[in-house]
Formats: sequence, C-alpha cells, structure tokens
Amino acid sequence: MTPAGSLLAAHDLRKTYGSTPALDGASFSVHPGEVVAVMGPSGSGKSTLLHCLAGIITPDSGTITYDGRKLSAMSDAERSALRRSDFGFVFQFGQLVPELTCVENVALPLRLNGTRRKDAERTARTWMERLEVEDIASKRPGEVSGGQGQRVAVARALAGSPKVIFADEPTGALDSLNGERVMQLLTEAARSANVAVVLVTHEARVAAYSDRDVTVRDGRARDLEHAA
Amino acid sequence: MSIGHTLLGLLESGPRHGYDLKRTFDEKFGHDRPLHYGQVYSTMSRLLKNGLVEVDGVESGGGPERKRYAITDAGITDVATWLAQPEKPEPYLQSTLYTKVVLAMLTGRNAGDVLDAQRSEHLRLMRILTDRKRRGDLADQLICDHALFHLEADLRWLELTAARLGQLQKVVTA
Repeated sequence: MTPAGSLLAAHDLRKTYGSTPALDGASFSVHPGEVVAVMGPSGSGKSTLLHCLAGIITPDSGTITYDGRKLSAMSDAERSALRRSDFGFVFQFGQLVPELTCVENVALPLRLNGTRRKDAERTARTWMERLEVEDIASKRPGEVSGGQGQRVAVARALAGSPKVIFADEPTGALDSLNGERVMQLLTEAARSANVAVVLVTHEARVAAYSDRDVTVRDGRARDLEHAA
Repeated sequence: MSIGHTLLGLLESGPRHGYDLKRTFDEKFGHDRPLHYGQVYSTMSRLLKNGLVEVDGVESGGGPERKRYAITDAGITDVATWLAQPEKPEPYLQSTLYTKVVLAMLTGRNAGDVLDAQRSEHLRLMRILTDRKRRGDLADQLICDHALFHLEADLRWLELTAARLGQLQKVVTA
C-alpha cells in the first residue's frame, strides 16, 4: 500500500464537503528529496489533497502515513507540532506577516520552535542569501515586489529545516520570469537539502521543475508510482 | 496521422468495403483532406500483406470486384499498441491525437488514457528542456523556452480535450 522508501504516503483518501466529493479514492506518495507536482483542473481536488497530506484537514476515510506514523492516530496538538517541526508551506500569495520585517518572517518558524532570535535570524539570513533576497531583509512585506515576497516565503518554508514543503500554486501570482526563478530556487534548495516538495500547480511549465507528476481528476489522483 | 492504423481502427466495429472505409474516414477525420481511393486500396493491400486484415468476402457485380475487409486479431493488437503509444511531442500533433481519441471512443477504449499517456510524454520532454535550461546559457534558455511554450500549448489542448470527452463521446457515437 505504501510505496517502499516513501516519506509521506496517502492511500484511498476520501473527503466530501456536503454532498460534493472533493477526494474520491486518491492515493499519493513522495520520497525524501523528491519534487512531485500535483496537477489537475480547477476544482479537481488537488488543494484538498495537499491539505489532507499536510494534516490541515482530516479526510473522511483512507490513510496517510508520514515517516512510518499514521496521521489519523495523532491528536490535533501532535499534528500541529508535526507541521511546525517537519513541514514548510508556500502559498500563492506569500502570506507573510505584514508587521514583521522580511528577515523576521523567515526566522519565524525557528522562533516558534524556541530558537533564540539572534540564531534564528542568522539562519534566516543564510536562506535569504540563497534565495537572492538578502538585500531586503529589513524591509516589510508591503515594501517588496511580489517575486521578492514569494522568495521570502520560500526562504521561510526552508528555514525551519523541514522534511516536506507543501507549495500551493507558489507562482500563481507572479509573471513568467519571476515564477521561473522562484521555481528554480525552490527546487534547487529543496533538492540540495533533501527536502521533499509537494507542488500543487495547474501550470505545466511549473510542473516541469518536478521529478514526477500526479494528476487529480474528479477527486481521483492518478499516481503512476502507486499504479505500478 | 497514420492512415493504416485509422482504417484498422474503423474496421474494429465490423467488416467494410474500401469505399465504405473511405467515406467513414472522410466523415470523421478528413474534413480538410479527404482520402484518395488509391490511398485506401494501397493501404489495404499493405495491411493484408502484413496479416492485419483479411478479405471477408468478394462481391462481383457489373463493375469491378469489391472486396470486404475484416480486421484480424493481430490488427486489433496493432491498433491497441498504437493508441497506447504516445506520439513524439512535435508541432501540429493535434490531428493525430484527435484521431486517436475518436478511434478510442469508437472502439470502446478509454480515450482519457490516450490523453494521459500523451500528457506524460509531453511533461517528460518539458522536464528535459527545463533541466537543459537550468544548466545552459542565455541562448540555451531562449531556445528551450520556445519549445517549452509550444509544448505547453499542446498540453492545454490535451487538458481542454480531457474536459470535453463526455461531449465528444456523444457526438462521435451519435
């Protein structure tokens, strides 16, 4: 059921909102350091799949296994702790905290895990350098461009040393050039740090940065690895 | 487009004469380029020689003899292999892909599988180009981008067609 060596795997997930099925028997897996694109038309269930995998929402049935542990067997508090310690997130609109500077935003996951400010910001600056946004460290999100803000969001997702990054349409609000650069930096940084990436996108050019793709249609994920 | 495979696919629903094959082909696929009779008969001779069709009967009236062709088991396998095999991504693939989708429907196969196999093949090539772009200089990037945009356009067509399969099924099997 769970492909050998996978870090995160889902089997036969079902989730219904009212009478509308969002997931109808979806299966999925990702290995450490692997970038998997989840593709599909709008409303196909790809974001619901990502939210289930990340433990943000609970499926009605089916199993999700992360690093040998079943997500359904964890309490809400344990799942929250897991999200803070092992998962990073990048959304379409960076969702940075507007009151904090960019470096404080990047340092936030570390601060939430109890790292001292000085150490957290030192690590944050290293990631910002990697994402080519070190020069805007002291600016607030409202003072930077969309492309820069998204790179800050990627740096924040990586700063907490996650094992999995969930990226939901990370380039959806960017022009082609900025979108490509964000994808290049995100995938290079993730691969070199052996971080798995679950990348939800409807754009083929973005999905082309992945190692593998899974298509979701009508709530069913077509994962060729699972089918094998 | 492979005329041989298309004619073979049309024979899956039952034996037909060459004239009937040409008429059905033109109606379904030959909107702007109808087949010549010569093409039909030369293609059928080749398929016959390769054991993919057999002569099911010969009618002789006042005019020339009219052969009725039937597909063989080897012919059915050949159609299935062709439908399952994605095309090499290149410009102006649509007519071949459209033919494959319609033939899959006419022969009771899953047209979505044809589109998915092609989608995978396009994405595979897009990954190779993206990787080449990542390692290359500006010239490589621009050349790869050009190809990537074309492949992306094909993929949009594949997605749109996938979303319209239900509609197409009704038209094709009407």
